[in-house]
Amino acid sequence: MDRIPILKMGAFLLVTIQVDMHDRLAMALQDDLSNKIVETGARGVLIDISSLEMVDSFIGRMIANIASVARVLDAETVVVGMRPAVAITLVELGLSLHGVRTALDVERGMELLETALADGPR
Amino acid sequence: MVVVRRAALEIRREEDMVRVRRSVRQWADELGFGLVDQTKLVTAASELSRNALVHGGGGTVVFEALEDGPRRGLRLTFTDEGPGIPDVELALSDGYTTGSGLGFGLGGAKRLVNEFSIESRRGAGTRVVMTRWK
Ligand SMILES: Nc1ncnc2c1ncn2[C@@H]1O[C@H](COP(=O)(O)OP(=O)(O)OP(=O)(O)O)[C@@H](O)[C@H]1O
Ligand SMILES: [Mg+2]
Repeated sequence: MDRIPILKMGAFLLVTIQVDMHDRLAMALQDDLSNKIVETGARGVLIDISSLEMVDSFIGRMIANIASVARVLDAETVVVGMRPAVAITLVELGLSLHGVRTALDVERGMELLETALADGPR
Repeated sequence: MVVVRRAALEIRREEDMVRVRRSVRQWADELGFGLVDQTKLVTAASELSRNALVHGGGGTVVFEALEDGPRRGLRLTFTDEGPGIPDVELALSDGYTTGSGLGFGLGGAKRLVNEFSIESRRGAGTRVVMTRWK
C-alpha cells in the first residue's frame, strides 16, 4: 500500500499531502504520524495541504485527529497552505477544525511552531 | 430545462470516490464553474459518494449537464440499494451520525449546492439528487 512520506526537519515533522487521498491512505497517515512523533520526540507537525483540491469531512476529521493525538504526545500541529477555495468550502460545510492552527506556507508555519515552543511551558 | 449530457460512474471501492471527485471537477470546469464553485461541487460529491459506499454498501452516481435558458447547471444523482435512511430530517442535522463520522456530510453537502433532495425508505435504498447552477 502507498504511504504518505513524513520528513524530519529539526524538531519538527513535515508531511506534504500531494495526492488526492483515499480514506485508507488518510488513516495510515494518522497512524504513521503518531508513531513518528513518539519515535523522534518531535515537538511540532506541519501538514502541507497546498496541493489538496478539497477537504471534506473525512479529511477534516483526520486533520483534527492528528492535531489532538499530537497534542497528547506534546507536539503542536500547524496546517499550512490551505487554498482559499478550500477554506471557503470548509466553512460552508460546517467544519471548524478548532484547535488546529493554520499558516500560509511552510516557512510561516515553522515560525509559528518556534514561537509556540519558545513561549509554551514544558 | 434540458439535459445536454449524461454519464454514470460506479461507487464500489474507495478508489472510485477519487474518480468521482476528479470527474466532478472536470464536468464543473467544462460547464464554466469558477474555482470556488468547483470545489463546493467536488466536496459535496465526496460526501455523498462516501455515504453511498459506507452507509449504502456501494452505488452509482449519474452526472447530468443541464441547460435552462441561459442557465447552466450540474446535477448529480447518487443511488444505492442499502438499508435506507429511516429519518431523513434527523440524518440531515449537523452532528448526527450512526457511524464514526462527524455527521456533517449530508447537511454540509446540502449547504454547498442550490437544490438538494433525498428519497429514502428503510430497507429500500437511498437516492440523493443535488444541483448547482452557475
Ligand atoms: N446512503 C445512505 N444510506 C443509509 N444511511 C445513510 C446514507 N447516507 C447517510 N446515512 C445516514 O445518515 C447519517 C448522517 O450522514 P452524514 O453524512 O451527515 O454523517 P456521517 O456519514 O455519519 O459522518 P460524516 O461527517 O463523516 O459524513 C449517517 O450516519 C447514516 O446513518
Ligand atoms: Mg457522511
